[in-house]
Amino acid sequence: MKEHLFEYLLRLGDDSLILGHRLSEWCGHGPILEEDIAMTNISLDLIGQATSLLKYAGELEGKGRDEDKLAFLRIEKEYKNCLLVEQPNGDFGVTMMRQFLFDAYRLPFFEALQHSKDEQLSGIAEKSLKETKYHYRHSAEWIIRLGDGTEESHQRVQTAMNTIYRYAADIFMADEVEKALEVAGILPNMAEVKEAWLKNVKSVIAEATIKFPDNDWEQLGGRLGNHSEHLGFLLAEMQYMQRTYPNMEW
Amino acid sequence: MVSEQQIWDWLEDVFDPEVPVLSVIDLGVVRDVNVTENEIKIIITPTYSGCPAMDVIEEDIRRKLLGEGLSNLKIETKLSPAWTTDWLSKNGRQKLKEYGIAPPEDEVDKSLLFSAPLVVPCPNCNSKESKMISEFGSTACKAHYNCLSCKEPFDYFKCLR
Repeated sequence: MKEHLFEYLLRLGDDSLILGHRLSEWCGHGPILEEDIAMTNISLDLIGQATSLLKYAGELEGKGRDEDKLAFLRIEKEYKNCLLVEQPNGDFGVTMMRQFLFDAYRLPFFEALQHSKDEQLSGIAEKSLKETKYHYRHSAEWIIRLGDGTEESHQRVQTAMNTIYRYAADIFMADEVEKALEVAGILPNMAEVKEAWLKNVKSVIAEATIKFPDNDWEQLGGRLGNHSEHLGFLLAEMQYMQRTYPNMEW
Repeated sequence: MVSEQQIWDWLEDVFDPEVPVLSVIDLGVVRDVNVTENEIKIIITPTYSGCPAMDVIEEDIRRKLLGEGLSNLKIETKLSPAWTTDWLSKNGRQKLKEYGIAPPEDEVDKSLLFSAPLVVPCPNCNSKESKMISEFGSTACKAHYNCLSCKEPFDYFKCLR
């Protein structure tokens, strides 16, 4: 069970870490100052969550890897984040769509995870849920505003939907790790979380006058370490300091 | 042996690095103080997961208590129960307002999407005519508002529950 939990903590921690890093790329480039600040605020929350999750993962593993070693000193194949979060920022519409598809999952997930039999995990969920409510409201309102906005903004978020929705299913790639943790009461019923996610997505995109893509292809693989080509570039930047100056602190 | 009350009193002099009118006690991030023969244990909790001030707060607490001659300090971070703005002291709320930051209104927007906007009185002129500019402000714990009466922009210490 310990190995399973370690593996799953990597998935959760890496989701937060990689999306947090993506959002940080907007720092100084936001379309307006308030959004620049909003995206970096959310980035900080996500990196904070990643710190708690990866720290716990390192303790469970018991091989002396702390949250920093896990974050900065693994190779691409060892990252277990879903494909959605590593997709490039694109325009603001793509970033918000990626964020919305993720927040719409994290909200019901953390709600349910609060009742985990694993005390540390339920504590992390309780803490993260409060900030996730703000994240979800922010990204969902943007999807509605842009989708139901001008012709240009509508077309951009529709294009974003068409381009990245195929990666969203990877959030929920069920396998024996997930099943075992569900049976042990450590994870909630993930099929129900997925249902709640889909309900959130459907209601918001309906209000935004956005459609699901015609092509229903789903790309999976992140949970197994099979990533899109984008992750390598992201890691090259994120890990640069630790790789160049090993063990540096500041 | 030093009393726990004495430590609580000393911690009144340790201030939040980002909102320097609030002590760590006002802010409610110190959850427990436990003195035993061998060790002095302080439990703290972060306001937001990614609050960058937490490391500084821990260091400042350590520096203050070492300066008072204590040793064998252990400062632990605990996530649960999760911090809420309900733990901001009454004194802290008053200090926030005087500092120009609107204190939390004890209300999280009821519905998640498109809830009726919260009334946040302006800390400068007390007008209830204010407008939210962004739910995310200069730090994780604040939102950005504008007063429609005196036209001053201000920070709102947003409610977290």
